[in-house]
Amino acid sequence: MEWWMLIASVATLALALGLLYRPVGDYMAWVFTTRKNWKVERGIYKVIGVDPSKEQSWQVYLRSVLYFSVVGVLLLFLLQRTQQWLPYSLGNENIDSGVAFNTAISFVTNTNWQAYSGEDLSYTVQFAGLAVQNFVSAATGIAVAVALVRGFAYRRSGTIGNFWVDLVRGTFRILLPLSIVGAIVLIAGGVVQNFNGYVDVTTITGGTQTIPGGPVASQEVIKELGTNGGGFYNANASHPFENPTGWISLFQCFLILLIPFSLPRTFGKMVGDNRQGYAILAAMGTLYLASVAALAAFEFAGDGTAPQLAGAAMEGKEARFGLAQSVIYAGTTTLTSTGSVNSMHDSYTALGGMMPMVNMLLGEIAPGGVGAGLYGMLIIAVIAVFVAGLLVGRTPEYLGKKIGPREMKLASLYILVMPLLVLGGVALSFAIPALRDSIVNESLTNTGSHGLSEVIYAFASGANNNGSAFAGLTASTPWLTAAIGVAMLFGRFISIALVLALAGSLAAQDKIPATAGTLPTHRPLFVGLTVGTAVLVTALVFFPVLTLGPLAEGLL
Amino acid sequence: MNTATRSSGRTLWVATRALLMFTVVLGIGYTLLITGIGQLAFPAQANGSSLTNNEGDVVGSSLIGQSFTDSDGNPLPEYFQSRPSAAGDGYDGRSSSGTNWGPENEDLIAAITERKAQVAEFNGVTEADVPADAVTASSSGLDPHISPAYAQIQIDRVADVRGIPAEQVRELVAAHTQGPDAGYLGESRVNVLELNLALDELED
Repeated sequence: MEWWMLIASVATLALALGLLYRPVGDYMAWVFTTRKNWKVERGIYKVIGVDPSKEQSWQVYLRSVLYFSVVGVLLLFLLQRTQQWLPYSLGNENIDSGVAFNTAISFVTNTNWQAYSGEDLSYTVQFAGLAVQNFVSAATGIAVAVALVRGFAYRRSGTIGNFWVDLVRGTFRILLPLSIVGAIVLIAGGVVQNFNGYVDVTTITGGTQTIPGGPVASQEVIKELGTNGGGFYNANASHPFENPTGWISLFQCFLILLIPFSLPRTFGKMVGDNRQGYAILAAMGTLYLASVAALAAFEFAGDGTAPQLAGAAMEGKEARFGLAQSVIYAGTTTLTSTGSVNSMHDSYTALGGMMPMVNMLLGEIAPGGVGAGLYGMLIIAVIAVFVAGLLVGRTPEYLGKKIGPREMKLASLYILVMPLLVLGGVALSFAIPALRDSIVNESLTNTGSHGLSEVIYAFASGANNNGSAFAGLTASTPWLTAAIGVAMLFGRFISIALVLALAGSLAAQDKIPATAGTLPTHRPLFVGLTVGTAVLVTALVFFPVLTLGPLAEGLL
Repeated sequence: MNTATRSSGRTLWVATRALLMFTVVLGIGYTLLITGIGQLAFPAQANGSSLTNNEGDVVGSSLIGQSFTDSDGNPLPEYFQSRPSAAGDGYDGRSSSGTNWGPENEDLIAAITERKAQVAEFNGVTEADVPADAVTASSSGLDPHISPAYAQIQIDRVADVRGIPAEQVRELVAAHTQGPDAGYLGESRVNVLELNLALDELED
């Protein structure tokens, strides 16, 4: 029964996404290639002082991304530090500087890690701070992916597009219209949208209960659509006011997957060969299905002392979702960079809880965050091409661009950044006695290998800009707010710098014609090679640490 | 000032203006637009799906679960009981939360063991009849539903204490049991507050 519901739900998603793959992908390709600016956009460019016809070198593009993000962090930090004096404070005090720093970085990097509790934030911080970053951090991710695609599409070009134009168009032509439609659907389904604050009611037993409010739907929709994930409330999308029922839950999964699964079409269209898009889509889809199936198998089996005692793995899951809608959501949110949750991953079975971790450690490429998933997968494809080139002894090329030493250095650095941050963060947390004391005494809810899993999960989530958690971990300690803040920052912006450098280097090349010796990159063979590369890279790096955490808990 | 510094300063100024523009349009304009549409088109949902009793007083929300206990926290036998909750002291709308206890966590194992015995005794059934949702805390701590199985084992107790026929309560439970959305999205469930409210109105 659970399997049947899972398969029907996944089939529903596949059908909807399949039907929209071409129109949405083509539309996004048009958005980022048309020379025409809307009248309102021309007004915006005038206000912010940008010449939309002028393209940027990769260095200038990168500088624009970084400065825009720095300003974003500062504003968000300030809003949190002054929230008690701003409108709709709801009696909340200012957020302390550690958590405010962490949360500011968290939203600007599209991570949305919750060191904060949503209930402690004022409405002003939520809608003027968090929701705005939900839009623009997502648009930034898409912009960077599009810049990389231009690297493949352009010939002998010193430029890769204009960040401000990409940012404005991605926001106003893609994210905003979809959000308006999606928000209305969410409200119709029961998601709240008001400024009521907390209201006390007298219950039928004569007690009192506090009912929360807030402009939730407007933020919820972009939180999913932009693969952000930061909850309006502490319990995130398991809170009934964020996610009231089964069909809304699947609709949220659809919102999460829509742009990441359509971007391969945009890529194919922009490089002038739609088959290339299908190949990337196939690699993403294969990993997605395999991962969700494994997660479901572990969770439905319900191994472990507590789940077996209770009769099913229902701790930390909502009755209206049950197992099937919970595992679909858990897989979807961690295979992308979303990190919103409709169930508590910390309470999953040992091996079931390992799957979200593995999904993030794969680098979130199946289909990954908006933009980030595409550029992550393209880097893997570049490495697959290189490996194939080594096997047959030819200079590797992808889409007519030579993958030379410079390109390979950038791609290799890209895949090293995240593991270094994850393993480094975990190692420091336990190797330095003072930090270890803080982790064990202040942060962990669970002990033994599950405790280690909480810390692995935290750094995997931070460095991959996911934002979900084994939430038993108290992340508001000085060490974790700082360390995960740094992991989020480096995980996002070092990766982006490398991607843009790669884009610049590719754009500068001329196209070389395909020959009989060129590896076709639109065939199943290449899809298999790409999937294999992704799995192998992850397994080699992370298998040892997983044996100490979830594998030890689940198999011993 | 050299060229690099000047162009850096210029980019920073562009970034600042862009962010302020986005804050006004997306933070304020968009939020107000959606709030306006929600309040006009779907006022009941937008304001939290409130439930009212016969007198018209708001007694809660159909989406937010409640505890049905006395002031000492003991379960009231005349009401259907909700799932265990980790939100504050139980169903606290200000602090939604799960326990985050792992599958081998000793506190969780102890809690499930204890609840199993307690629920079985409270309802006069065997421990084998107690379903999983009755002994596990939800993700939000505000879960408004229980499984039909958990409702079933509570019927006789509620009917007994209220002095009404079990058949009548059974019908009420059936009327308040909702199947999965579209037949396959989510699980069958019973809304506890709506059911208890209907029970109270039965006697009025």
